[in-house]
Parts: sequence; structure tokens; C-alpha cells
Amino acid sequence: MYAQMVKSTGERPKTLDEMAPDERAFQMRVDADIKIEPKEWMPEGYRKTLIRQISQHAHSEIVGQLPEGNWITRAPTLDRKAILIAKVQDEAGHGLYLYCAAETLGVSRDEMTEQLLAGKAKYSSIFNYPTLTWADIGAIGWLVDGAAIMNQVQLQKCSYGPYSRAMVRICKEESFHQRQGYDIMMKLCAGTAEQKAMAQDALDRWWHPSLMMFGPPDGDSVHSAQSMAWKIKPMSNDELRQKFVDQTVPQADYLGLKVPDPELKWNEARKGYDFGAIDWNEFHEVLKGNGPCNKERLEARQKAWDDGQWFRDGLMAHARKKNARKMAAE
Amino acid sequence: MKNEWPLWEVFIRGQHGLAHRHVGSLHAPDAEMAVKNARDVYTRRNEGVSIWVVKAIDITASAPGDKEPLFDPSNAKIYRHPTFYDIPEEVGHM
Ligand SMILES: [Fe+2]
Ligand SMILES: [Fe+2]
Ligand SMILES: [Fe+2]
Repeated sequence: MYAQMVKSTGERPKTLDEMAPDERAFQMRVDADIKIEPKEWMPEGYRKTLIRQISQHAHSEIVGQLPEGNWITRAPTLDRKAILIAKVQDEAGHGLYLYCAAETLGVSRDEMTEQLLAGKAKYSSIFNYPTLTWADIGAIGWLVDGAAIMNQVQLQKCSYGPYSRAMVRICKEESFHQRQGYDIMMKLCAGTAEQKAMAQDALDRWWHPSLMMFGPPDGDSVHSAQSMAWKIKPMSNDELRQKFVDQTVPQADYLGLKVPDPELKWNEARKGYDFGAIDWNEFHEVLKGNGPCNKERLEARQKAWDDGQWFRDGLMAHARKKNARKMAAE
Repeated sequence: MKNEWPLWEVFIRGQHGLAHRHVGSLHAPDAEMAVKNARDVYTRRNEGVSIWVVKAIDITASAPGDKEPLFDPSNAKIYRHPTFYDIPEEVGHM
């Protein structure tokens, strides 16, 4: 998802009998749905896996501002521009809530930023695709935020208190994101033939990358079992993906758009849609850094970090000076 | 010198008459900027009428391991709750 490929311990979860007493007590609390809080004892693997997962999630929110930010100056009306600014600002907020949640596990904000800029920490593959037309802003809100919501709703129940609370807050804000995106799509689909074609083109390009947001198929994700036992990944990748497809196809029908998958078919027995194979090669390439915009995104983050250095240092110097003056006066 | 802005814990009064409640944390160089940042990060939708910020390092917290000695004694004192006492119905609401 926003954290698509989180390495966990890579081992199968231990049974209660195999665990040391500390670990057993911890697992029993998780099993009983008691939230784990920052200073409490936790297995090292839990702490490390969560840092990876939460920081990937945070980086995704931050990098995710870039493709949408691309259209702020060119939004078609003043209303749309104000809405898009508010939406992108929310994503910055989401990134900040999540960085704070990760910091409670003993990693610093600067360390996380450095890991992102060094290419050591990942962010969602979806943000490495370009936003070519205004319709892409509609498609992102509808599909990308739609997929994000599906993931984040279940994470509200996750076992780590600060992460779960950040998710509750984020979920409250997300539904506006999806609705404003769908609203853009509705407008375009009710417009000229050219506008509708633009909406279709956006759906064609964003559909499969959106399905990839949920991460590799369950059979290929070696780290899921442990994460599920720790309740930091309540639902599996394939379960979430199926839910997303089932929810989204009727919404595409309503718009009069065609989902770009010739194998998409309602399965009455299963009460869900069957859909065609996903190009996992593309997914792995994008994660490796070879997507259409990976380089541009990281360069933009690096530039923001470098350009902001004098500002961060300046404010800190000012705060220290002010503090020293105050102490001298006392 | 390490220049990461310090961490602040943010407390918001949601409505008049309610207590401030912890909502999260953020980084800022000083208290004034922390209030400004808190306004942008935690009150974009009318969530508050007042903000407190406290440097995270200035907060003293009880240790998770002290939970039993701190809180167990009150568990045993059920007579502190009104439901401990049976008052006959004839007496009326009390
Ligand atoms: Fe997002
Ligand atoms: Fe978000
Ligand atoms: Fe969003």
C-alpha cells in the first residue's frame, strides 16, 4: 500500500510456546486487542518493522504532494485551485502525523528524511507516475485516495497506539479527497466528447498502478504473516485489492467510463469481480527506481531539503539567541 | 551543532468548556512557531478554540512498568464507587 513492501523479520511468526516470557506477554496483549504504547516493551522486530512501515507511509504522503502540486497553478477555476491546495496541504499534514508516530519508536525525523533522500527508504510506487492532464487530478483523488482509504481504514485497528491514532485522524480527512476527485471526473464525463476522452485516458493510465498500490500478491509477500500476527497489517494485499475493485467498478460504470481490463467480469458465485493479471514486473521496476518519475520526485525532495537548510538553521539560531537573552535577563 | 528542531506536544481545547486534549506532536524552533505550526497541522477543520504546546522533553511520564503499583491499589477500593451501596428504592433517587 502506501507501505507496499515492508520487510519484516522474514521468518514465520513464533508460536506462544516458542516465545520468551516478555514476548509472550506482548503477543497476548496484541491478541487481546490491547494497544501497544511507545515506552512499553516490544520485540525488536516489531519496532523495526513498524519504523519501516510508518516511515514508508509518511514518505508516501509527502512525495504524494508532488504529482498533484504540479496542477495547482493550472487548475481550471479558482474553486478547483483552492480545493486542490487544501487537499495537498492535508497530505502534508498526514505526512507529519505519521513522522511523529514513527518518532515515538526512537527514530529521528532527520534520519527518516536522510533515508528517503539516500534512496534507502521507499515510498508508494504510485507517485512515480506523471500527471499529464487535469483529468489525472480527478483520477488520483478517486482512485489513489480511494485505495489509500481502503488501506487506512483497516489500519485504524492496528496494534500500535500512535499509528492507530494517526490513522483515525487521517481517515477523517481522506473522504473529502476521494469525493473531490470523483467530482472532477463527473464534471469531465458530463462535458464535451474531448473532456470525456480525457477522463477515460486518465482512468486507462491510473487503473493498474492503483491496483499495484496494495502490494504484491499474497503468495509473494514473505513478510505478511508476521505483520499480521503483530496486527500491524490487519488485511492481506489481495483481500484489499479485491475490495477496491468491487467498490470502484460500479463507480466507473456510473461515469460511463470503461475500466481498462478486457478480463474484468462479475463473478456471481463469488459476488465479486474477476480481473486480469497485473504486470508485477512493472511494479518491481518502479520500486527499484525505474518508474517514469522516480528521479524527478527524489530530486524535488532533495532540492526542498537543501533549499530549506538556511531557513531551518536560521530559525534555530534565532530561537537559541532569544532563549539566551531571556536567561540573561532573569 | 545538531539543528533538528525540537519536538513539541500539542494540546487542543476542542470547544469552550472542555479541557485541552493531547492531539499529537510536531517540530518547531520555538514556542511561538510551535503554536503557529500546531494551528496548521492540527486545526485545519475548526478542531479547536485554544492551543497549548509543551516541549516533549519537559514532560515527565509514569513508566509503563509502574502500572501495577500505581493503579492496582485503586482497583481494590470498590467502596469508592456509588454502586457499592445498596439504597432501598423507597428512599428515592440518591
Ligand atoms: Fe494520500
Ligand atoms: Fe493522505
Ligand atoms: Fe488523501
